[in-house]
Amino acid sequence: MTAGGRPRIFLVEDHAVFRAGVRAELGDAVEVIGEADEVGAAIELINERLPDVVLLDVHLPGGGGQAVLQGVLPLHPEVQFLALSVSDAPEDVIAVIRAGARGYITKTISGGELLQAVYRVGAGDAVFSPRLAGFVLDAFSQLSATAGTRTTGLDPELDQLSPREREVLRLIARGYTYKEVARDLTISAKTVESHVSSVLRKLQLSTRHELTRWATDRRLI
Amino acid sequence: MARDHRGIAESTDPVTRPHGGAAPDAALGNHPNGHSGPPWHYAPRSHQPGRSHPRRPGRREGHHHFRNIRRTSDARVLAGVCGGISRATGIDVTIVRIGAVLVSLAAGFPVLIYALAWLIVPLDEETSNIFSRALSDRRGIRLVISVVPVVIVTQFIVSALHIGFIGIISWPVFLAAGLTILIWRNASEHERVWIDQDLVPMLSVGSDGSSRWKLVLRAGAGVLLAAGGIMVLILGHTTTTALRPLGGALLVIAAIVVIFGPWWLTLARDLMSERQARALAEERAQMAAHVHDSVLQTLALIQRSADDPRHVVRLARAQERELRAWLFEGRAPGTISEDATTLSQGVGLLQRQVEADHGITVQVVLVGDCALTDGLRALLDAAREATVNAAKWSGAPQVSLYAEVEPAAVTLFVRDRGRGFDPAHVPGDRQGIAQSITARMVRHGGAAAIRSAPGEGAEVELTMPVPPVHAR
Repeated sequence: MTAGGRPRIFLVEDHAVFRAGVRAELGDAVEVIGEADEVGAAIELINERLPDVVLLDVHLPGGGGQAVLQGVLPLHPEVQFLALSVSDAPEDVIAVIRAGARGYITKTISGGELLQAVYRVGAGDAVFSPRLAGFVLDAFSQLSATAGTRTTGLDPELDQLSPREREVLRLIARGYTYKEVARDLTISAKTVESHVSSVLRKLQLSTRHELTRWATDRRLI
Repeated sequence: MARDHRGIAESTDPVTRPHGGAAPDAALGNHPNGHSGPPWHYAPRSHQPGRSHPRRPGRREGHHHFRNIRRTSDARVLAGVCGGISRATGIDVTIVRIGAVLVSLAAGFPVLIYALAWLIVPLDEETSNIFSRALSDRRGIRLVISVVPVVIVTQFIVSALHIGFIGIISWPVFLAAGLTILIWRNASEHERVWIDQDLVPMLSVGSDGSSRWKLVLRAGAGVLLAAGGIMVLILGHTTTTALRPLGGALLVIAAIVVIFGPWWLTLARDLMSERQARALAEERAQMAAHVHDSVLQTLALIQRSADDPRHVVRLARAQERELRAWLFEGRAPGTISEDATTLSQGVGLLQRQVEADHGITVQVVLVGDCALTDGLRALLDAAREATVNAAKWSGAPQVSLYAEVEPAAVTLFVRDRGRGFDPAHVPGDRQGIAQSITARMVRHGGAAAIRSAPGEGAEVELTMPVPPVHAR
């Protein structure tokens, strides 16, 4: 984050109405340094202006949010991405997280919560909405159910959640804030954040095949 | 799509007259078969451009006898032509039918006449005949023309084999088959439905291609018939010299196939793409209808109630849920079942009803899913009570509902960030609710816990053990 304390934000979103709404909600607390409504322009402008946080719509014309991540992160891994979506479709969420986004929130989030999420992602932490926490719990419970029968080189470090991580995620899924999670588990807020970051890392690095299949399976149910 | 042009005078076909009603007449009068004297033959009559035919195109005053002939839609086997004749003449329909079949077997010609009647005589309740619509169906006409080479081929074979009898029967039958293409493509919606649903399944057993063995059966039967035919030919002509004309006929057939084959192929491809385009258009229309019925209506409602934010939120949420159900779960709008059989359906139902009744947002997170048991229904009832309670008393605009299916139990949390309360000093009216939630859970072998403190919202935890069979 820049010295001024105000995070520099870049908006990637194809609905002009929603872009205007986000600008109004964030107000003066952030500095919006640019906007884009499609993949190509977004990659070009982000690589040029290097914002602290990119608010990234999952559904974008020209390849989706994933394509933007793939076009920026290899060159500028320091740029943080927060995915925004109206979609409940798990495969979209999981795909964008696995492509490198630091968090996922739904578009119905309130202005205050959005600002908090932006600050948190800007500071390098992960942001899990209750829904994302639910997805992850679901995905990893599927993985551990099948892990015993499979011999495809599973890394238990990456493919299973620790009991503590599971507890943290469960509380987030129940609608707790990080602060409330910390109090409930009598741990520090910093520890909660490190658990969430570790879950994010597992989500990004875990056996791809299983996670993608989980997502498609869910879609078919 | 030619089908959509019906009844519209606009057409690029040169045969079409400005007054649709006169065209069938004139065309029929020039038809080579028009003079065989069937009831649907009219004397050729000069075309009068100024004259309008508001009703029943193709009927003339001079033929009182037949002007009321209509194909019957109630007593029909194929097109209702025999029924129509029987009604116009007073002869019993069965006699007319038997007569028609006998005459057809003897000559073949009546089959063509029958097809023409189907084309030209309107159906009972309709004012226009199929022919007037078929004139603007250029692709259909091309299809009929493509049948002509087939007729020529058969004539060649027949003449090569000196079996004139089959020749007499075959060409009217083939032409009639060609005409049925026009009929099918241009029949009214009503008649098409009848043809598709009642006639086609009757005529083509196993041609729907759904099962493989039917296809094998059909191919087998075809091969057997062909082999039988060749045997008969060879046995019937003891010397090879007698078979020579057959070789010539085969050459001509090959020539025709070479000449017309590519054209037939393009025609088939055209038809295929036309069918796809039609399916696409239907899908688009369905989509537009849905968006209109739900989204646009809701937007209109939202504009009207812009001064009532709670109502606007309620409308928007209801619309959002319906759209999600349609997009991600493939449920048609308005068909959301009020009867749940799985936990996810039950939770979704709860969410919809509470949101609709109390104007709050219920955020649902569900991990896993399973079939509903009596115990889980009780859990959902308790969850509904807790959610409604939070909606009424907490003052919070949103309630979080989290449910997780584990191998041994289903756990459900209802949480709000409202004003909260001290569980030790619950007001009398709310004590009852807390007790009823707990009692309901305990009755089914579950448990409930309520946590709250003033200013910190409240959380209700519900646990219901499930038999291992129902766990995922």
